[in-house]
Amino acid sequence: MKCAVIQFPGSNCDFDAVKAIEATIAQPVDLVWHTATDLSQYDFIVVPGGFSYGDYLRAGAIARFAAVMKEVERAAADGRFVLGICNGFQVLTEAGLLPGALRRNESLQFRCELTELVVANAATAFTRHYQEGERIVIPIAHGEGNYYADEQTLRRLQTNGQIVFRYAQGCNPNGSIDDIAGIVNERGNVLGMMPHPERAIHSRLGSEDGTKVFTSILQVWRETHAAIQS
Amino acid sequence: MRQSSLNENEALTTALPSPEMVREQKIYRTFGLTDAEYARAVELLAREPNYVETGIFSVMWSEHCSYKSSRKVLRRFPTQGPQVLQGPGENAGIVDIGDGLAVAFKIESHNHPTAIEPYQGAATGVGGIIRDVFTMGARPIALLNSLRFGELDHAHTRYLFAESVAGIGGYGNCIGIPTVGGEVVFDNRYQQNPLVNAMCVGIMTHDQIATGSASGVGNPVLIVGARTGRDGIHGATFASAEDPHAKERSAVQVGDPFMEKLLLEACLELIATGQVVGIQDMGAAGLTSSSAEMASRAGSGLTLDVALVPCRETGMNPYEIMLSESQERMLVVMRQGAEEVAKKIFEKWDLQATVIGRVTDDGMLRVLEGGVVAAEIPVSALVDEAPLLDRLALRPAYLDELREDAPVLAQPSDFVAELAELLARPTIASKQWVYDQYDSMVRTETFVRPGSDAAVVGIPGTKKAIALVTDGNGRQVYLDPYEGGLRAVAEAARNLVCSGARPLAVTDCLNYGNPEKPEVFYQFERSVDGLATACEALQTPVISGNVSLYNESNGVDIYPTPVIGMVGLIEDRERIVTSEWKMPGDEIYVVGALSHALLAGVGGSEYLALRQPDASLKYRLPTFDLEQEVRLQQYLLACAQQGLLQSAHDVSDGGLLVTFAESAITGGRGAEVQFDFAVQREGRAIESDELLSLFFGEGVSLVVITAKPESAGALSRLANEHQVALTRVGVVASTPFLRVSVDRQLYVHADIWQLQAAWRGAIASWMKH
Repeated sequence: MKCAVIQFPGSNCDFDAVKAIEATIAQPVDLVWHTATDLSQYDFIVVPGGFSYGDYLRAGAIARFAAVMKEVERAAADGRFVLGICNGFQVLTEAGLLPGALRRNESLQFRCELTELVVANAATAFTRHYQEGERIVIPIAHGEGNYYADEQTLRRLQTNGQIVFRYAQGCNPNGSIDDIAGIVNERGNVLGMMPHPERAIHSRLGSEDGTKVFTSILQVWRETHAAIQS
Repeated sequence: MRQSSLNENEALTTALPSPEMVREQKIYRTFGLTDAEYARAVELLAREPNYVETGIFSVMWSEHCSYKSSRKVLRRFPTQGPQVLQGPGENAGIVDIGDGLAVAFKIESHNHPTAIEPYQGAATGVGGIIRDVFTMGARPIALLNSLRFGELDHAHTRYLFAESVAGIGGYGNCIGIPTVGGEVVFDNRYQQNPLVNAMCVGIMTHDQIATGSASGVGNPVLIVGARTGRDGIHGATFASAEDPHAKERSAVQVGDPFMEKLLLEACLELIATGQVVGIQDMGAAGLTSSSAEMASRAGSGLTLDVALVPCRETGMNPYEIMLSESQERMLVVMRQGAEEVAKKIFEKWDLQATVIGRVTDDGMLRVLEGGVVAAEIPVSALVDEAPLLDRLALRPAYLDELREDAPVLAQPSDFVAELAELLARPTIASKQWVYDQYDSMVRTETFVRPGSDAAVVGIPGTKKAIALVTDGNGRQVYLDPYEGGLRAVAEAARNLVCSGARPLAVTDCLNYGNPEKPEVFYQFERSVDGLATACEALQTPVISGNVSLYNESNGVDIYPTPVIGMVGLIEDRERIVTSEWKMPGDEIYVVGALSHALLAGVGGSEYLALRQPDASLKYRLPTFDLEQEVRLQQYLLACAQQGLLQSAHDVSDGGLLVTFAESAITGGRGAEVQFDFAVQREGRAIESDELLSLFFGEGVSLVVITAKPESAGALSRLANEHQVALTRVGVVASTPFLRVSVDRQLYVHADIWQLQAAWRGAIASWMKH
């Protein structure tokens, strides 16, 4: 599985994403500059955390216009895997690849802490190795992670099982509607999440619960890849 | 010829006052130059300096840039050691950590800007210290800070505190460098003069070391990064003013962490090409000090044309361009012909790199405006000839009025309530409200997050980790400048060994009041003596630092507050020690002279400040035993390296009970602790003041450790070897109760979850006001 981690000016979790891919699934991974115009060789694309373009205007609002985003959209349309983490989630909502928006935290403060999540849908390509309802610990670090969607969209997300991670009851750190921490698109190949699975890959870092996000994708990719080959 | 071009220039820039006007109207005084300093500048130039030159002299000779009050005293610090690769004098110091790797670090104050505009003041403090580190060729991997504010019952203090924390977070979070540790102290003495000290630590290989030296005649000089605006003009001068509020607001700069992130990446990429001759951050006094310092280090000269400097606004004159403190700019000297290399890299990062001059060999800092000379000053006049003062030091009378006896306090009827009250004191309480606003995990190498004795960060690609700490105690230094100085260094080092690290070196941020007051200067001198003595004894040389003077308002000076930033090395990351209690059954020991702790009293302690605020500045600090401290630290390090420690936590603010409580709360474990002094006291019952001294005193160096029962033999053998007192006092419990008795009498029976509520919620509840 060939992996790409997108770099915008201001990305700062790009290297962490590379390290996590190497440490958890040991697949080839490239850092790809925001001016790139061809991502066709990549099976898995990570839009990492950080402050792309300084988060000026609105988090993710400028990055969506970067040249590379057309290719990310194409990859999503092709059914390849796209994972947006933190600022990457914000970019994906701004780009319209995921519904809803991320507003400022209710506290109006930046928050960095280990948070408890519940796996709300273990049937996606990104969560295959978790159990449904499993409680996991993954850190957050954001000032604008307060997920919002209008009622109709929210109902659709709920009915389609597009809500993948929720903050555990009483642990919602930012005021997100329905405790939403991560969602997938309808097709199930684009995941956006505010918590950082790439920061939870070793007990030394406080948790290794993020590992399964990466191992799940690899397994699904291998299955589909094998199916195509046979 | 020079003279004639100067005359031409005067004709061109008629908007600026003439040299005669500078003299007659004493304009130099408004820049902060004294009459004597102005006369000295005239003498050095052999003519009257023009307006631009007067501005350049004034910032270069300001306290902030010239260290004119402190320079002589700073020579007392030990600065050498086999581990030191770069000592003081550069943008940051560098120490060797083996395997061809090195760590660069420095601490710096941003006190005065923070008092005026706390968000930007604190944010640009972080931005400046990050630049100091990547200028050396190091990739910044961690940030720390040390903060002092007034008491939280004051609305303006809450505003300053909240905004400073938001500013520190805003900058560090965006740029992607984890803020891993620090300290916050609240005391009325800092009400008008908050302290914001920021420390940055970077990692590099030995061959990546870059310096701020402008050598090689004809080499191009480039200004890179942000455009130059009118912000921060005379910030350096204003940093040394008594009442910053009275100064122009334009003297506070505005930070752009996004710009700095791009600048950081571009500069590291540029340094990696090997085409950089010298590189220097533009901090205080902007283009003026960066150019003069780079030329001074190389013994060269520079010619710069300010007309080539990319500006944010039109119509900026040479004076404004030379003195602007616009943030996120660097001065770079490239090898001849390598200009395009720089331009290409900076273009990739959407930044500008513009050639604005050349290196010369005539020792002059020559500023042109469109080819016409606007200022021309020998570099040596600005740097080497900068004033060097012998400030008068007089022992303050209050030191001789301190009482020798111990303060008399009634024995509390309820020690648990007493402990809970101490734990809820903002200086002691959990700083979670603060550090949850900092991204402490980005880079995924933070093994020990904020809240332990020291932060620990891994070194990628190795088994090593480094431990980092900032520490200071202004009240103790006030009570005894020399002893307080010893204690400041000792405590920082003790925090490092408590995490299993061998202390390597120090960066210091010396925050004091008005040095023109002989009593303040005495505090400065004597505390530096104390710091230097302890650095010598602990073999931790000072490799970088910063001095912040004139922290006074309405005639009241802050406590003398040296803040020690220290870095230690852990060879094996499996041997990291943390402060929380781990397993029920682990045995609890106190390392250090427990019998002295009974007698040292509560002078200088947080407990005394809580119980009798008026008395807290009237009693002497207990004497400090530096030799004992060295042995204690060597012992702890040996225990840590042999993997004998389950936890270690040093006794500091609040004393022994607070130490127990913190390890209990963070570990979620209670304990059964029993002190037995009956034998050594031949049956005499323990007195009330001895009990208070034991529980709440901060006079004697103590460390609480826990270990598995099977380690007992090894621990005591090592204690004998190192001649350190080791007392087994109890055992970690499986219940959530902390019970402490002395001579079989139970004094503390506390539910740790209740203690936790007091400790963890204190600051947050103040901030809801």
